[in-house]
Amino acid sequence: MAAQGSTRLAAFDEMLPEVSGLRRPYQAYDRWLKEQDPARLTQKMQDAERVFRKTGITFAVYGEQEASERLIPFDIVPRIISGNEWRRLTQGIEQRVQALNAFLDDIYHRQEILRAGRVPKDLIAKNEAFLPEMIGVRPPAGVYTHIIGVDIVRISENEFYVLEDNARTPSGVSYMLENRETMMQLFPELFQQIKVRPVENYPQLLRQSLAAVRPQSAKGAPTIAVLTPGSYNSAYFEHAFLADQMGVQLVEGQDLRVVDGHVTMRTTEGYKQIDVLYRRVDDAFLDPLTFRPDSALGVPGIMDVYRAGNITIANAPGTGIADDKAIYSYMPEIVEFYTGRKAILGNIPTWRCSEADSLKYVVEHIDELVIKEVHGSGGYGMLVGPAASKKECEAFAKKLQAKPANYIAQPTLALSTCPILTEKGLSPRHVDLRPYVLVSDRIQIVPGGLTRVALKEGSLVVNSSQGGGTKDTWVLDD
Amino acid sequence: MLLGRTANGLYWMNRYIERAENMARLVDAGLRMALTRTQNASEEWNSVLLSAGSDVTFSQKYQDYTVANVSDFLLRDTSNPSSTMSSIETARNNARMVRTALTRETWESINEAWMSLKRMLARPIDERELPTVLDAIKRETALIRGSFYGTMLRNEIFDFSQLGTYVERADNTARILDVKYYVLLPSISWVGSTLDNYQWESILRSVSAHRSYRWVYDADYKPTNIADYLILNVRMPRSLTFCYRFLGEHLKFLADDYGERHACHATAEKTQAMLKKGSIKDIFDHGLHEFLVEFIRDNTRLGDEIAQDYRFH
Repeated sequence: MAAQGSTRLAAFDEMLPEVSGLRRPYQAYDRWLKEQDPARLTQKMQDAERVFRKTGITFAVYGEQEASERLIPFDIVPRIISGNEWRRLTQGIEQRVQALNAFLDDIYHRQEILRAGRVPKDLIAKNEAFLPEMIGVRPPAGVYTHIIGVDIVRISENEFYVLEDNARTPSGVSYMLENRETMMQLFPELFQQIKVRPVENYPQLLRQSLAAVRPQSAKGAPTIAVLTPGSYNSAYFEHAFLADQMGVQLVEGQDLRVVDGHVTMRTTEGYKQIDVLYRRVDDAFLDPLTFRPDSALGVPGIMDVYRAGNITIANAPGTGIADDKAIYSYMPEIVEFYTGRKAILGNIPTWRCSEADSLKYVVEHIDELVIKEVHGSGGYGMLVGPAASKKECEAFAKKLQAKPANYIAQPTLALSTCPILTEKGLSPRHVDLRPYVLVSDRIQIVPGGLTRVALKEGSLVVNSSQGGGTKDTWVLDD
Repeated sequence: MLLGRTANGLYWMNRYIERAENMARLVDAGLRMALTRTQNASEEWNSVLLSAGSDVTFSQKYQDYTVANVSDFLLRDTSNPSSTMSSIETARNNARMVRTALTRETWESINEAWMSLKRMLARPIDERELPTVLDAIKRETALIRGSFYGTMLRNEIFDFSQLGTYVERADNTARILDVKYYVLLPSISWVGSTLDNYQWESILRSVSAHRSYRWVYDADYKPTNIADYLILNVRMPRSLTFCYRFLGEHLKFLADDYGERHACHATAEKTQAMLKKGSIKDIFDHGLHEFLVEFIRDNTRLGDEIAQDYRFH
């Protein structure tokens, strides 16, 4: 059923690869699928959309007046990963996350890695994501990045690569949870037939993980809160969802104030101390006294409280230096430097346009490469060479040459595909995977994650803001 | 423990849900008058607008007091902050803000009400469809109330929500009475003419009490009975006394929970005591209009005090 020829690049299909036929993890699902009436499946697809809209699982798209609240399209065919594949992935992710935290601790203290010449000094010193205010500050429990969403792509049976380390405020975990919830509502019988490892306890794990990194000054059970920029933020649903599921307060900057050396929230009974703040507000807006003075989203003085060790901020300010796209290309060296072993999960070869040789190569091969802004996110400001017109390539090359340090380039990878249900039956689409990692005194990875899928045939851009959808991700208990 | 901002959101969410429904009820009463009486329809619509507190903004936009203009303005005009559409939109924005304090059922009922009313009120209402639209508005708000009462834990979240509902409702009933107080005054021409009957029924209809009135009083409409029903009756869910009974109760729960009394407690108790000891004769002797003006003022003050005492801002 899966038609391979429809994609431009010969991609590895995770369900039905051309060479070897139906893959093992999909066998039970395939059997079930063949018994289903196509009309019933179409009906279920519509049910799913209704469920999402009713619950208000929407996200805002910046700059689009009309569709101010949109749904991320959901596909009802699960993306299935075997227990063995998952074990290999988690080893690689754990190693990477350890390295990220060690790198952050080093970069804000002794800077051994710079002295050793493994990462150029300038890359750190001139980087906006590096916060001099964090130099010498050691966060409670020594953890910098508490919640990480590592974007992973696959290109063959055994080749997985890390595409991005989202170490500051990765989003999307609510979709992982709601997708599973929806699938269980739509197809309860599937979960009886196939043993899928649960993801539902993520909020409890998150809460425990945040409690474990509380500041020493917190007595008894710590008070935890989620800081949101507000209900107009594109990820507001997720902020509310997580606060709700964890049973903690959802606060905005206007609710918070520093009182007697502690961050407190204004409640109906007066000001109450907060010990751990899971913030979903960017560094720049966190404290108008330290960073952007015009910010109304943060808390004046919170950095002083932080430096005094009286609050845990998750993730720590300045974490962005670890997932910066310019740093990314050094990740294999970084992993090796701190863990003493070769990186289990590979990096995608990356050309740093700041280097003259690389720039020359990139400009010459612009129509073959994916070019990204160093500080961009959400799939904005990038060029997918093979999908762009000659004119677009030329225009982009000009931007590139004007400010080369602003860009990196990567080969256009044939991301693996997974079938989605279309009007004409199953059809393969490119996917990526974002597992969620929690760091406290240990590292925990929820078996699953967010599978993003490029719904347009042949498209490689999976970002929800650019027409991407999501799938439930199953890790088999086999 | 509740954030002040959350208490504020719950309070206003409920005030606006109540308001969205009240607008529909007012238009319903106005429509009834316009259908049963051919003369002075514009005067009736003007009273409806006065009760809604929207007379000034209406006259800036329209010249004619017609069914189409008034119902458009009160139900679907988003430039009118109190219209049903604006109210439901504000209620939903507040609900979104306090989402973590609501049960899934409550949030979904508000979200669904918003979606369905937005669709229904997207285009001007065909006059023939008006009764259907009014029914739909009442049904949607009833569904919200149903899921709210059926699923919410009776804690401070519930208390702040109810405070919003009853402050808004008391204000609404008092305004309806005040706009029409003169038709309730005993006068020499008071003989229960057909004209008066319509006026009286319209008052009862705007608080959905035209049927229940007959279960409590004589079949005939009497102005003192109507005033008694809307002001002093303990069991009539939109009477001032009923509203204050619950305002008092929820404020007491909060005081017990938090172990602290505030200015708002004294204000509510004062009004409650006044309603308890007064008879309808006393109120008429004192002056119905004066009584209502004072009541509305005190009720507004209560709202302000609640906001201040519980750190809404």
